[in-house]
Amino acid sequence: MIKRGDFILKKNMVALRNITAIFGDHKVIDNLNLDIKDSEFVTLLGPSGCGKTTILRMIGGFLKPNVGDIFIEGKNVTNVPAHKRNVNTIFQSYALFPHLNVYENVAFGMRIQKKSEIQISSQVEKMLKMVSLENFSKRSVTSLSGGQQQRVAIARALVVNPRVLLLDEPFGALDLKLRKDMQSELKAIQQKTGITFVFVTHDQEEALSMSDVVIVMNEGKIQQIGTPTNIYNEPRNAFVADFIGESNILDGVMLEDYIVEFANKKFKCLDFGFKKNEKVDVVIRPEDVKIRKSGLGQLKGCVASVTFKGVHYEIIVDVSGFKWMIQSTMFQKVGSEIGIFLNADDIHIMRKFEHSGEYGDYSAFSDEMYEVYENVTK
Amino acid sequence: MKKRVVLPPYIFWLVTFVLVPMSLVVYFAFTDKNGNFSLSNLNDVFLYSNVFLRSIWLGFIATSFCFLIGYPTAYIISRVNIKCRKFLIAMIMLPMWTNFLLKTYAWMTILEERGFVSCFFQFLGIGKFSLINTSSAVVFGMVYNFITYMILPIYSVLIRNDRHLVEAAQDLGANQLKIFLKVTFPLSLPGVIAGIAMVFVPSVSTFVLSKMLGGGKDLLIGDIIDMQFLGSVYNPCLGSAISLVLMILVFICSGIMNQFVKREERTVIAL
Ligand SMILES: Nc1ncnc2c1ncn2[C@@H]1O[C@H](COP(=O)(O)OP(=O)(O)OP(=O)(O)O)[C@@H](O)[C@H]1O
Ligand SMILES: [Mg+2]
Repeated sequence: MIKRGDFILKKNMVALRNITAIFGDHKVIDNLNLDIKDSEFVTLLGPSGCGKTTILRMIGGFLKPNVGDIFIEGKNVTNVPAHKRNVNTIFQSYALFPHLNVYENVAFGMRIQKKSEIQISSQVEKMLKMVSLENFSKRSVTSLSGGQQQRVAIARALVVNPRVLLLDEPFGALDLKLRKDMQSELKAIQQKTGITFVFVTHDQEEALSMSDVVIVMNEGKIQQIGTPTNIYNEPRNAFVADFIGESNILDGVMLEDYIVEFANKKFKCLDFGFKKNEKVDVVIRPEDVKIRKSGLGQLKGCVASVTFKGVHYEIIVDVSGFKWMIQSTMFQKVGSEIGIFLNADDIHIMRKFEHSGEYGDYSAFSDEMYEVYENVTK
Repeated sequence: MKKRVVLPPYIFWLVTFVLVPMSLVVYFAFTDKNGNFSLSNLNDVFLYSNVFLRSIWLGFIATSFCFLIGYPTAYIISRVNIKCRKFLIAMIMLPMWTNFLLKTYAWMTILEERGFVSCFFQFLGIGKFSLINTSSAVVFGMVYNFITYMILPIYSVLIRNDRHLVEAAQDLGANQLKIFLKVTFPLSLPGVIAGIAMVFVPSVSTFVLSKMLGGGKDLLIGDIIDMQFLGSVYNPCLGSAISLVLMILVFICSGIMNQFVKREERTVIAL
């Protein structure tokens, strides 16, 4: 958790003010305000098409916002072209220069700055060492593997000492194992150099494990800004809850302070300050649902499926039509009747918002996306 | 070692249209009029060394002009919107569909003393102007006829230019000029090399052009070869020998140019 003091000490590195970006008649970014603090690892997280790349392109100078101003280190750079901004980008496609070898790719920025040959070679060697490619300097970039190309791209961007590094889904093309290695490598580089990183991903696990601050976006709007633990434990609305990790999201009614009704039952909860009988989203994490013998819990349901996930079982329970997802280390037999028990502090109440009800019962948003993709490709 | 798969039609093509004529050229080059082995033809080729030099020189000038005019043209075509691009490409291809001789005759009348260009200059008060029967006219004819072969390969490379690479260069601090010099141009080199080869080779070995536009005073090597086969001097053996030397020179030129391109991008002749 970031302490209050940190915010006062750290100055704003990048600030977006009232940014709107429109393509044709499609408002991709809608009046967005954002502060990114110095030497933080900030992640933009959101589903495909929500405008993450568009934000990066505006910070990098490749796209001008239709409305609003962009500040870098306090200076208004809205009209400053990309090559004059002290910001570097790592493109999703790496965009290495195929006619130059590894060394010359990394040296490119310094050659533009007309640095001396001695300066260039010492800096480039240092960078290649940092990304463990010191023996590859003479190799053609087209002969490198995906992970190696990725590291050349990182070295090439860092060699010119940017104040901000923008990374657009840099690990999209890497396999899982390499992805994990690169994640910790990148995090280490960020901590060593103290450069502000703005990282884009739609992989929530990646976002939670690497970032100081996560910005959850949907449809060109910021849904929540916070530390990873903050976002996971206290999602502000059902979209965030569903997008970050797995959630059971139910329609509920706040009868009065500390009393909520859902699944045709009244439950004690810790939330207050809602209007009487206000409709709310009730979010319950699958690992917080306790299984009891039939008749002992608050709710009763029938086990629909059980999947072994390594550490725990993923159990889908049908409670009068609504499918609950439960994660438990105890095996349950498919078809058996069980009871469900919920503690008051495991019930999270959220105000209804415009996208409530768009996300299904148990499955995480990302899983639904994959199902959609699969159906399309079938 | 990789096993090469050569398709039968390709072999047939190779034998009938390349190997057989080439062998005939080599055979005649080393034979005298009575059919005996002889090196005298090759010896006689050196009588024409000044013609060789002039041909190569004019070919060089024509190729340079084609590059200087062709590159910017190809660059502009690759930048404009798709409708404009299609129109420009059509305009460039159009003269290719017209007969070579017809076009050259047209230029003869345009460039001659009482021709269009001359009249125009007189009208402006610059005075009489006649380009016909000069080496400049020959070079002009070469540029006019072969510039398409320079524009198209360069265009086809530029159009594939990766937008991300341009952005990456910009990201690293390069302005428009630097982006062109350090990224766009180097990446278009394979097209340039192909263009140079496709203009230089026909320019050097061209015939008729020098007769029609150059007035037949300064003959080119193509005209000399033409004369040995169809002219009054009739000497196919010497003609073959000159052709052979010309071919070897062209091979050497292509080989040198290929050294400027990466191995996998070689377009001309894999030496
Ligand atoms: N040049 C453009 N012209 C028209 N529409 C565009 C353009 N660039 C982006 N868009 C639209 O803007 C929206 C946001 O695009 P953006 O690339 O920022 O999404 P994203 O969050 O990066 O998605 P992904 O995770 O798939 O990369 C999309 O609906 C996209 O179709
Ligand atoms: Mg994107």
